Amino acid sequence: MERKKTYIEDIDRGIYDIKNEFTYKYKADKGLTPEIVKEISKEKNEPKWMTDFRLKSLEIYNSMPIPTWGPDLSDLNIEDIVTYIRPDAEMKHSWDDVPEEIKKTFELLGLPQAERESLAGVGAQYDSEVVYHNIRKELVDQGVVYMDMETALIEYEDIVREYFMTLVPPTAHKFAALHGAVWSGGSFVYVPEGVDVDIPLQSYFRLNAPGAGQFEHTLIIVEKGSRLHFIEGCSAPKYKVNNLHAGCVELFVKENATLRYSTIENWSKNMYNLNTKRAVVDKNGTIEWVSGSFGSKVSMLYPMSILKGEGARSEFTGITFASQGQHLDTGTKVVHAAPYTTSTVNSKSISKDGGYAFYRGLLKVAPNAYGCKSTVSCESLMLDNKSKSDTLPIIELNNDNIDIGHEAKIGRISDEAIFYLMSRGISEEEAKAMIVRGFVEPITKELPLEYAVELNNLINIELEGTIG
Amino acid sequence: MARELLNIKGLKVNIDDKEILKGLDLNINKGEIHIIMGPNGSGKSTLAYTLMGHPKYEITDGTIEFDGELINEMKADERAKKGIFLSFQYPEEIPGVTVEDFLRTAKTSVTGKMQGIMAFKKLLKEKMDLLEMKEEYASRYLNLGFSGGEKKKNEILQMSILEPKLAILDETDSGLDVDAIRIVAEGVKRIKDESRSILVITHYNKLLDYLEPDYIHILLDGKIVKTGGMELAKEIDEEGYENIKLRYSHI
Repeated sequence: MERKKTYIEDIDRGIYDIKNEFTYKYKADKGLTPEIVKEISKEKNEPKWMTDFRLKSLEIYNSMPIPTWGPDLSDLNIEDIVTYIRPDAEMKHSWDDVPEEIKKTFELLGLPQAERESLAGVGAQYDSEVVYHNIRKELVDQGVVYMDMETALIEYEDIVREYFMTLVPPTAHKFAALHGAVWSGGSFVYVPEGVDVDIPLQSYFRLNAPGAGQFEHTLIIVEKGSRLHFIEGCSAPKYKVNNLHAGCVELFVKENATLRYSTIENWSKNMYNLNTKRAVVDKNGTIEWVSGSFGSKVSMLYPMSILKGEGARSEFTGITFASQGQHLDTGTKVVHAAPYTTSTVNSKSISKDGGYAFYRGLLKVAPNAYGCKSTVSCESLMLDNKSKSDTLPIIELNNDNIDIGHEAKIGRISDEAIFYLMSRGISEEEAKAMIVRGFVEPITKELPLEYAVELNNLINIELEGTIG
Repeated sequence: MARELLNIKGLKVNIDDKEILKGLDLNINKGEIHIIMGPNGSGKSTLAYTLMGHPKYEITDGTIEFDGELINEMKADERAKKGIFLSFQYPEEIPGVTVEDFLRTAKTSVTGKMQGIMAFKKLLKEKMDLLEMKEEYASRYLNLGFSGGEKKKNEILQMSILEPKLAILDETDSGLDVDAIRIVAEGVKRIKDESRSILVITHYNKLLDYLEPDYIHILLDGKIVKTGGMELAKEIDEEGYENIKLRYSHI
C-alpha cells in the first residue's frame, strides 16, 4: 500500500507563503531611536500630541524589562526589526486602484471576493500601511465610520485623542510601549447610538517584508444599543529572519451594545506575535471574542474583558493549534468590576510534532462585583508524545457572593477512539483528523465560514503524513 | 464457492507480554451463527479485539484467515473493508462527530463509493426505524451521552449500514432490557444470510433465545475446550462456570 511520507518538516501553507518582491516607498532603519520614531511621525504628518505620545512611549519602552515569564523571547532582537515600512502604494477605495502585486496577494487570500459576498466593509493593510479601505454606503449614511487609523487621526482627531491607548496604556507592558512608539496602520470603527451593523466588517493585516514589525492599532467604539461584528485576519509568508507583530486592539462597548470580535491569525512560523487586546464593557453590554491562533513561532495573546457596568457580559471562544517549533501561550483575562456581570470562557488547544500550547488565563472578581457568574472551560489535546500542553488558570475572587464554574482537561488523543473509528473502515489519518475536527467543532461553528473551512483544511494538512 | 469464512489455527495472543489466548482454533462457515461463551477473564474480549486488529494485542503464534486471506498483519481499517465488524462492549464516545457524518464516512470507506447525502440520509432513516431509534440520533454526537442500551443499538445500526460478512458481537446483550434485546436480535438476524456470519461473544445466554446458533463453544483460559449445540448453553446455565471449569479445564 502506498504510504505518505512519515513526517512533514514544514507544511505547504499554500497562498500564505507567497512572497511578493519587496518594494517600498519608505523604510525606517533597523532598531529603535527617538530619531526613527520622529521620522515615522513626520512621514505620517501627525499632530504634535501624537509625536510626543510616541516619544514618551519610547522612553517607557526603554525603561521596561522584557517579560521573563511565558515563552522565551531572548531570540527576538528589536535592533534587527524594521519598525516601519511604507509600501509603494497610496491608500485606495477601489481594488482597481491598488497596485497589481498587492491586489493579487489579497485576491489569493480571498478578501475582495469576501467583500462582494459577505462583508459590509473591508480594510487591507500591507506591511505598515493600509492600502485599501471601503465601506458600504448605507452604513455611511447611518453614521458608521470605518477607516484606517491615520485618516481617523486627522478626521476624527478628538475621538482618537480621547480613547487612543487609554485602555492599553504604554505602561501596560514593554510591547505595549513599543506599540505606542511605532504604531502604524490599523482600523478605526465608530458605530453611533442605536445602529445595528448586521453584516461584518473585516480588516486584513498582511506582513510581506522580511525582518519587519507590524504594529497596527485597532480602535473600535460601539455606542449605546448598537451592534457590530468585526473580523480581523492576519498572515505573512515565511522568512528565515524573525518578524514581530505587536498590534494593539482597544474596544469600547457602551451600554446595551454588543460587539463580536473574531480573529484568525495564521502568521508564518518566524513570527513573534505579541499582541495586546482589551475591551471595556458598560452596563448590559456584551463583548464576544472569537480567537483562532494557528501560526507564529511564539504567541503571547490574552484578550482582556473589563466588565465595568452592571450586567455586562463577556464570552471568549478560543482555539490554539501549536505544531513543530511553535510555542503558543494564549488565553484570556476577565475582570468582573461590577455586580451581576457574567463571563464564559471556552478555550481549546491542540499540540502536535513537539508544539507547545499553553493556556494562561485570569479571572478576577472585584469586592463590589457581587452576584456575578463565570464559567471557565479549557481543554487541551496532544496528538503525540513529543508535544506539550499546560493550563494556568488564575482565579482571584474578592467577594463570595458569586457563582464560578471551572473545568480544565488535558489529554492525549485516545488510541481506543482511533481504533474504534478504524474498525469501521476509516484510515488512521482520517480517524485522527475526525477526532480533532470533532474536538474543535464547538469553536469551528463560531468562526466566520471561510475561516472554519480554513481551520478544517489546516487540521487535514497537519494530520496528513503524521503516521508512520 | 468456498464455504469457509473464518479459519483460526493455534492462535496465541499476548497483551503486555502476558499470554491470554493460548492456542485457539475456530472455524466459521458462511451463513453460520456461532456463540462463544466463557467466564470473565477467559479471553473472550481478547479474541474479539484480536480479530478486529487492535494494535495492543500481539499475535505470537497461529494464523487467522478471513475469506481465504491471511489477515494476521492487517490493520483494523483494512479488515473492516474486507468485511469484519466488531460491535464493541464499550463503544467510544466521539464528541463533535455526528452519527450521520461518521457513518457516511465509514460507508464511503468500506464500499469505496461516495455516499450521496440525500440517499444516505434515506438509508440511515430506514435502518434506524427498524431498530426503533429516534431520528434525532442521526444528528447527535457519536455515543456521547447515550445510555448503555442506546450505545448497543447504535452498534447494531452501524452493522446494518456497513453490512459486514462477519459480525462479531462482544457482550452486546449486556446491560440491555428485554425489549432492547429483542430489537437487537432482530437486527442481527436481518443481516445474517447465506453468505454472512455472526460470532456472538457472551458471558450469559440472553441472546440465545432469539438467535438460533449453529454452534456453541466454551472458552476457558484462552482455549476453546468444548464445542456443541444448544445443550451446552443449558449446561452452563444450570451448573455455572465453576462446575464447567472442573469438567472441561483438563482438556
